[in-house]
Amino acid sequence: MADTVVEPAIEKGLEPERREQGDVRTEEMLVNMGPQHPSTHGVLRVVLRTDGELVLDAIPHIGYLHRCAEKIGESLPPYQYIPYTDRMDYLAGMNNNQAFAIAVERLCGIEVPPRAQAIRVIFSEFNRIASHLVALGTYGLDMGAFTPFLYAFREREMILDLFEAACGARLTYSYPTVGGVRSDLPDGWVERCLEFLEYFEPKIDDYNNLLSFNHIFVKRASNVGVISREDAIAFGLTGPILRASGVRWDLRKVQPYDGYEKYDFDVPIGEPGGVGDTPRGVVVGDCWNRYFVRVLEMIQSIRIMRQALAELPDGDIMAKKVKNLKLPVGEVYVEVENPRGQLGFYVLGDGSAIPARVKARGPSFCNLSIIRHVARDVLLADVPAIIGSFDVVMGEVDR
Amino acid sequence: MAVEEEVFDILRERFGDAVVSAEASGAHPYAVIKAERWPQVALFLRDDPRLLLNMLRCISSIDMIAEDKLACVYDLMYLADDCGDELITETREFAVRIETPRDDPVIPSVAHVWPAADWHEREAYDMMGIHFSGHPDHRRILCPDDWVGYPLRKDYVFPLEYHGIPGTTEYDLPNPRH
Repeated sequence: MADTVVEPAIEKGLEPERREQGDVRTEEMLVNMGPQHPSTHGVLRVVLRTDGELVLDAIPHIGYLHRCAEKIGESLPPYQYIPYTDRMDYLAGMNNNQAFAIAVERLCGIEVPPRAQAIRVIFSEFNRIASHLVALGTYGLDMGAFTPFLYAFREREMILDLFEAACGARLTYSYPTVGGVRSDLPDGWVERCLEFLEYFEPKIDDYNNLLSFNHIFVKRASNVGVISREDAIAFGLTGPILRASGVRWDLRKVQPYDGYEKYDFDVPIGEPGGVGDTPRGVVVGDCWNRYFVRVLEMIQSIRIMRQALAELPDGDIMAKKVKNLKLPVGEVYVEVENPRGQLGFYVLGDGSAIPARVKARGPSFCNLSIIRHVARDVLLADVPAIIGSFDVVMGEVDR
Repeated sequence: MAVEEEVFDILRERFGDAVVSAEASGAHPYAVIKAERWPQVALFLRDDPRLLLNMLRCISSIDMIAEDKLACVYDLMYLADDCGDELITETREFAVRIETPRDDPVIPSVAHVWPAADWHEREAYDMMGIHFSGHPDHRRILCPDDWVGYPLRKDYVFPLEYHGIPGTTEYDLPNPRH
């Protein structure tokens, strides 16, 4: 009894000399994260080469949701392809429909009536709020905060109800279409929408108190996965991720479409810690800034919506002569500002009713391509924090 | 369209016959560049102080089956890098088209010029079968590694079987293009 030595479990497997030294050196290991993993936001697979807690390399593998939507675009007339576009980024269907509609309108030279433009702006900003609410909620989940997710989805549910009232669908709208929007707003919709904005605006303070300025959350997300301004531009990052790196760039300001030049709004960017409300320890281009830029963008979206709802013009909601549309010989490349970045459509027409080529540039696809560069030499626990802060939608990465 | 005309002139002056043609009319002006000179032209487009097209937005691959060619359209943009945290209000954009024969499609990679090209080129290889010489990681990206054929080519035949999974074209409507 006295002779038996109880070995600690951790030392049992070690060589005798290493046991003596108390060495806990580890070997490199490949860890497969995903495709089914709660914090990869869909079917993203990342192969991590780890040394203990340290990630040496993170190699993303995509394509699990690939449906070759671009091939489908080559066999359908544009108005029939609209429903396929909202299945790409299924959290921002309105913006995707709008992007493809604008591309076809530019190619065919269709003028959209002012009322249809204003309705499109209202819905794309509304969808931006709904999409950012999912981003905030699920990012809280990744960081171990469950409650903000429930609050974010409570408000998103009300937005989806308003979408349903206007177009009958909750996720895949196909509401903005080539030449305008599919149907006019129902009676009383504008009042209901203004009522919701009145209710929603103070809720942003609640999210800030619950999550944004929560000490644990700030410690967890600040100074993690920092992307410099130069890297962001070189890798073609767009949207909140580019702005979080300190570039005040917004396509709605630079190349306004659908009458965005009429509305007054600011473009928020990532700020270093200590400036304004920004907590100490935060760095420009880190996960916290990528998260917080989305919160600030929701406030700007409310501003744009209030202006658009107040000055909603009367008139047609559809352009004339969009039936039996023939695409002229020529090509066009159009980008619009989606909640996740710049969504581009390249459409090649050859004189028939069906495009010869449709190419979609998904913002998440480009944003994700920097992951190998960022998730290097970080701690294993920071990888979900970095991936979550990109807010990728795999439907759009894989198309 | 005046801006594009200027870029065409600058390119013609600097590279001469590397600029095959320039399409200035229409909604999407572009210059056609010879494939073998493309990396030099790309570096020039990015670094010349008059152009500074520092952001690669998209690479769209096209199957020009009637002319027996494949092509890539590169959409470039200038994003001011010296504005500090001021709002950027001006930009310029430009597009380049590289054509390559259909039976041996090779285009030099520009992933070292714009890192964003890395995944876009992999996608163009995966979907259209264009090879990018000098690419750092030349693999398929969306389809599995053992996939046969390039889906976005016009003469692509849909496989009827993949690892025991049946594929059917039985319910497909006839393609109105044929």
